[in-house]
Amino acid sequence: MLYNSKAVIAGIVVFLVICTAPFWANFGGDYKKPEVLMPANKSEQCVESAAFMRAEHMQLLNEWRDQALRDDNRQYVSSNGTKWDISLQNTCLKCHNNYEEFCDKCHLTNNVDPYCWTCHILPKGSK
Amino acid sequence: MNKNRRSFLKVAGLSVFALTSGVLSTPAQAMVSPGSYEHAPKGLKAKRWAMVIDTRLFRTASDYQAIIDACHAAHNVPDIRVKSDGHEKQEIKWIWTDSYEHTFPDDMNEHLSHRVLERPFPLLCNHCTNPPCVRVCPTSATYKLPNGVVTMDYHRCIGCRFCMAGCPYGARSFNFVDPRPYLSDPVKNPEYPTRMKGVVEKCTFCVERLAKGLMPACVEASEGRIVFGDLDDPESPVRKALAENYSIRRKPNLGTQPGVYYIV
Amino acid sequence: MVEKLLEGSKRYYMWLLFLVGVIAVCGIVYLTQLFEGLGVTGMSRDVSWGLYISQFTYLVGVAASAVMLVLPAYFHHYKKFKIMIIFGEFMAIAAVIMCCLFIVVDLGQPQRMMNVMLHPTPNSVMFYDMIVLIGYLTINAIVGWVTLEAERHETTPPKWVLYLAYLSIIWAFSIHTVTAFLYAGVPGRHYWLTAIMAARFLASAFCSGPAILLLLVLLVRRLTGFNPGKEAIHTLATIITYAMCLNVFFYILECFTAFYSGIPGHADPLVFLFSGFHGVTSWVTPCMWLAVLCVIGCLAILIPPQTRSGKYMPYALGMLVLASWIDKGLGLLIGGFTPNMFESVTLFVPTIREICVTIGVYAVGALVLSLLWKIALSVKFDVGHSDGDKM
Repeated sequence: MLYNSKAVIAGIVVFLVICTAPFWANFGGDYKKPEVLMPANKSEQCVESAAFMRAEHMQLLNEWRDQALRDDNRQYVSSNGTKWDISLQNTCLKCHNNYEEFCDKCHLTNNVDPYCWTCHILPKGSK
Repeated sequence: MNKNRRSFLKVAGLSVFALTSGVLSTPAQAMVSPGSYEHAPKGLKAKRWAMVIDTRLFRTASDYQAIIDACHAAHNVPDIRVKSDGHEKQEIKWIWTDSYEHTFPDDMNEHLSHRVLERPFPLLCNHCTNPPCVRVCPTSATYKLPNGVVTMDYHRCIGCRFCMAGCPYGARSFNFVDPRPYLSDPVKNPEYPTRMKGVVEKCTFCVERLAKGLMPACVEASEGRIVFGDLDDPESPVRKALAENYSIRRKPNLGTQPGVYYIV
Repeated sequence: MVEKLLEGSKRYYMWLLFLVGVIAVCGIVYLTQLFEGLGVTGMSRDVSWGLYISQFTYLVGVAASAVMLVLPAYFHHYKKFKIMIIFGEFMAIAAVIMCCLFIVVDLGQPQRMMNVMLHPTPNSVMFYDMIVLIGYLTINAIVGWVTLEAERHETTPPKWVLYLAYLSIIWAFSIHTVTAFLYAGVPGRHYWLTAIMAARFLASAFCSGPAILLLLVLLVRRLTGFNPGKEAIHTLATIITYAMCLNVFFYILECFTAFYSGIPGHADPLVFLFSGFHGVTSWVTPCMWLAVLCVIGCLAILIPPQTRSGKYMPYALGMLVLASWIDKGLGLLIGGFTPNMFESVTLFVPTIREICVTIGVYAVGALVLSLLWKIALSVKFDVGHSDGDKM
């Protein structure tokens, strides 16, 4: 036997609605894929394919950090054989030098706020 | 009825706990990258990096200032004292100077020659063979590389400051406040990151420069007053300097085996 | 049993409201620390731990002290303590929660604290401290709750709880030993580098913790009429007296080694604490001498059996708590960092904000303790176990 069943059930419903509110608020909303500004020198390819980088760049950066700092492996040999210095600031940001139109564009749209830039220096012209 | 519900809830709760803790304890994620990793091609290599500071060759204040400036500029080390805003005692320093009495308190003797007693001594992380800071760090944010360099991963540091209590040489600084307002804009070395509030930092023997084939910034700026090399190589400049001169290390009785030697 | 929280006098609700108010105000102060960094505290490059870690250390002792009730009751079947055990266990829970909070407020990057579990580092004593604290919290919560529930139903608790209670006894010694190892294994900090640290910690814990418990129980007696029983009070006061004598004895041992050996490293922190060092005297010196006076005062009342549990006992206990708090909650950390690594003096003075955050954490502890004790007291009164003299 459930005591105060009305109040309890009402409470559970209110709780569920509040908890799931963000989903409902954005459900069916028109999400527009952000148009990021690709680096000017199209000749050079990124360290890995664009699809891989889009999905996995955070994990790759974590892996780069651990490899470079802990194993002193400061060079990355990508799957197509090109070699890269491991450095967010001096390798990644050399090509992707427009922070607002590249990093921020996607991060803001997806409401993520990575704090890389509290330490790593952004390229000139964007702060 | 009531009893059944209670026991059901207990079993359900325990199961949820067991399941979620199982999820949490899965092993660390495997490598994601399709590529591979290797050491930097031009990197300098050693079995055990060490430093010999020939304090006899430091004569003027600018001799000391040159090495401090070189280091602090290369690593964007903030000058917390510059603003006189009450945070002076919470300063950051990677390399600095102090008197003989403060540097070698166990070897103090008030009748030492004036030359020695009044000479400032450059102080920095000793990159110990048995580093207490590495021993006490609860997250392995501080660790020792196979080449003897004791370095840090600022991303992992939780700011517990156990390493500062552990270091017998006072070589570590904590970012009590955000360091950025104390740095020039743009920073002196845009190739090197700054730190953020709440993490500990210290000298790293310039691992990032060694990987590029360069000597540490202070060694380069010292114009031969500081020698750097492989302690395990009898032909290295540090071994030669140690073989030809009498040298001392800070607090050797603690068994930390410092990698920084002083010729006095 | 949780429903017991909802039935109480107006005074009880006012007290809870007061605590919540204090927590809210101090919580806001903590938020400013979170945003501005630990620069808002009086800590510095040379004195890198301050009020927070010293309160953590003191409260680990308070948590461990529950064992002074559990051990006689479970190992020696001393029945008179049975009525009070639950209060000791619940106080331990509140103390461990405060310990955890003091660690969190001391972290520079608290949002990364899970790194301790994500990257377990068994060479760090901090790793073991985390394990023993979480374990002790869990054990006490389970043992306390299950035995109290059994008491409410007037049955005997299940057998497995007994084994868990035995485990809690060993565990209590381990939490404070591990906490002492945080300090005693650090080379170069003269004041901490002593093999007797863990023993000193335990002795000071086993006098100060039960003293706080006894003072609170006396307060509860006045407020609710719950009576732990004359004999229980006298026995606990005797335990406190022995532990305090040991604590003082251990401290004198430290002084002997420091001054008879004449080794400057050993003597300097003591010289600094009691008289200043190289002409620099700090506010800690009068505190240390106050502690000495309190030690003499409390032992003068506690050692003679006639006065031990008499009307002056609360004053003696108060002095004891103050003395042990000055020794461990102030002197231990400040003496450890002064003289600093360069054998010179950097003074530590806590800031107002640091003190506010500290008060806030204590208020959280008081809230947890009030709620848990409210449950325990309600159960005791319901089943008629509220007078130790009549049991």
